[in-house]
Amino acid sequence: MSTLEIKGLHVSVATDDGPKEILKGVDLTVRAGETHAIMGPNGSGKSTLAYAVAGHPKYEVTSGSVTLDGEDVLGMTVDERARAGLFLAMQYPVEVPGVSMANFLRSAATAVRGEAPKLRTWVKEVKDAMGALDIDPAFADRSVNEGFSGGEKKRHEVLQLALLKPRIAVLDETDSGLDVDALRVVSEGVNRFKAEGDVGVLLITHYTRILNHIRPDVVHVFAGGRVVESGGPELADELEKNGYVRFTGGKAEAAV
Amino acid sequence: MTAPEVAGLAPELAGAKEGQGQAPIASASERFTAYDVAAFEVPGGREENWRFTPMRRMRGLHDGSAALDGTVKVEVTAGDGVTVETVGRDDARIGEGGTPADRVAAAAWSAFREATLVTLSGTPAPVTVAVTGPGEGASAAGHLQLRTAPHAEATVVVEQRGSGVLADNLEVVLGDGSRLHLVVTEEWADDAVHVSAQHFALGRDATLRVTSVALGGDLVRISPTVAYRGPGGDAELAGLGFADAGQHLEQRLLVDHSVPHCTSNVLYKNALQGAKGVPDARTVWVGDVLIRAAAEDTQTFELNRNLVLTEHARADSVPNLEIETGEIAGAGHASATGRFDDEQLFYLQSRGIPEDVARRLVVRGFFGEVLSRITLPELRERLEAAVEAELAVNAN
Repeated sequence: MSTLEIKGLHVSVATDDGPKEILKGVDLTVRAGETHAIMGPNGSGKSTLAYAVAGHPKYEVTSGSVTLDGEDVLGMTVDERARAGLFLAMQYPVEVPGVSMANFLRSAATAVRGEAPKLRTWVKEVKDAMGALDIDPAFADRSVNEGFSGGEKKRHEVLQLALLKPRIAVLDETDSGLDVDALRVVSEGVNRFKAEGDVGVLLITHYTRILNHIRPDVVHVFAGGRVVESGGPELADELEKNGYVRFTGGKAEAAV
Repeated sequence: MTAPEVAGLAPELAGAKEGQGQAPIASASERFTAYDVAAFEVPGGREENWRFTPMRRMRGLHDGSAALDGTVKVEVTAGDGVTVETVGRDDARIGEGGTPADRVAAAAWSAFREATLVTLSGTPAPVTVAVTGPGEGASAAGHLQLRTAPHAEATVVVEQRGSGVLADNLEVVLGDGSRLHLVVTEEWADDAVHVSAQHFALGRDATLRVTSVALGGDLVRISPTVAYRGPGGDAELAGLGFADAGQHLEQRLLVDHSVPHCTSNVLYKNALQGAKGVPDARTVWVGDVLIRAAAEDTQTFELNRNLVLTEHARADSVPNLEIETGEIAGAGHASATGRFDDEQLFYLQSRGIPEDVARRLVVRGFFGEVLSRITLPELRERLEAAVEAELAVNAN
């Protein structure tokens, strides 16, 4: 049973005017079997949290700790974090021209599993996973994310989630930019991942609508670079009704 | 199209020899050609056709100070259906492929002592031509001609290795209805300078498939010219270059459509990997396609892609398309230079893929389109491995 533990995390980014602190002491624990939703207004630092945990070089951790089952995540390279069982579904998946999706998926599975998957079972595994997400098999031959629509990119993020089977998955606004059908397909994919293993999910979102498909156990409100309130699913209902205004000191912003 | 003898041109007419002066010529059709080195002025480096080339690293090939007295070793491994001859410049077949269009090609033509002439008939087994440079500190002029008999189908691999300075001409004369698959590798040692003119002459309904692989050398400048001698010719030129720190790789192509119903397809891809403290990794690709008034029903496309892997690298790309007739089947060109950036690296690594594997994935994918055209599996695997070895050179 895995636990991702974030303690007192402070993170800065470099700007033209020097380092700017984005995260100001985040405390958060996600255990296997739990789904946590982080909700917050734009600019509150939600995505920074996701990227900092994944190890994006743009973000500098100035203090605090992130551990996965007691192992120091911050001391790991980006690929080591992934192999340790962390996964980040990105809000803006990156295009990698010239590398086919099939080749990419196989390389990633080889790295994460520690050995190349057997070709015959692998082909079927990919085909089934793509089918479950309504992805046309022709995508396997296309370059990674190149020319994909927003929805296609998000489906492929969830495809990677299904194939790489991490212990803790961080989903960064996986719902944004999706139409109703795509939202359903993507949510079902996440729910399948959750149901198939003893895994934890940290769902970062701006909107409450994905929470109608993926039921969180814990909802955190994120504002000003930290968690300002945590509660059960009912907290999401309150946000849906009243927006973030209670947490942003009067700046009205709807959460729907 | 040999221009009249113009050696001894009055100084005030400097630059009058088209394409050799600093003013760019209006059309590739005006390009000056001659066999005699003296017909060309010594380029200073600002001329249109030399402006990307680092003249200081040419070891005197352009100004006559390279002695060209070394020996380039040419070994041909071939079976039935292949005739290998060593001939002098008086052989009537020499020059059938084309005429030098710059001073270095003419200098090589003026200086070579003997030419290797390989004639391919029927359907011979793949032929290997191993070319070895004259050795460090030496310079040489080379001449190689490949000829296919009518309706021959052949594969030739020209592998070039070793040290030293080499200026040469490669003539490829394709008989009517013949097919040639040609692979040319530049696998030189770090000191080598190779300036080469490739003259491709396609007979009626002849098919040419060329794959060029440029990996080694300090300065490698290759100038292929495609000429069609009859209708129905089909030429495909694919190339890849991997420029390391300090390396200059230059490709200058001219596809001259002068007869109707011919096809050309050009695809060149370069990767660049520079390093701090040495000259930039550098590639230059110039692709000229000329469709003359007579060349009706021409179909042509050329494409150049450059992948900049690091800082301290520079890729130049100059596609030119000149069309003198509206009666063509299709003509197009495209060029793009992109960077392998930190975001791509982060994305691949975030899926567990280690950094070196991620870089290999991207470069292998990039070059796959070119290397997949090589039909000899062992050669293809060897060159794929050579590309990955290049990648590892200054990865750390």
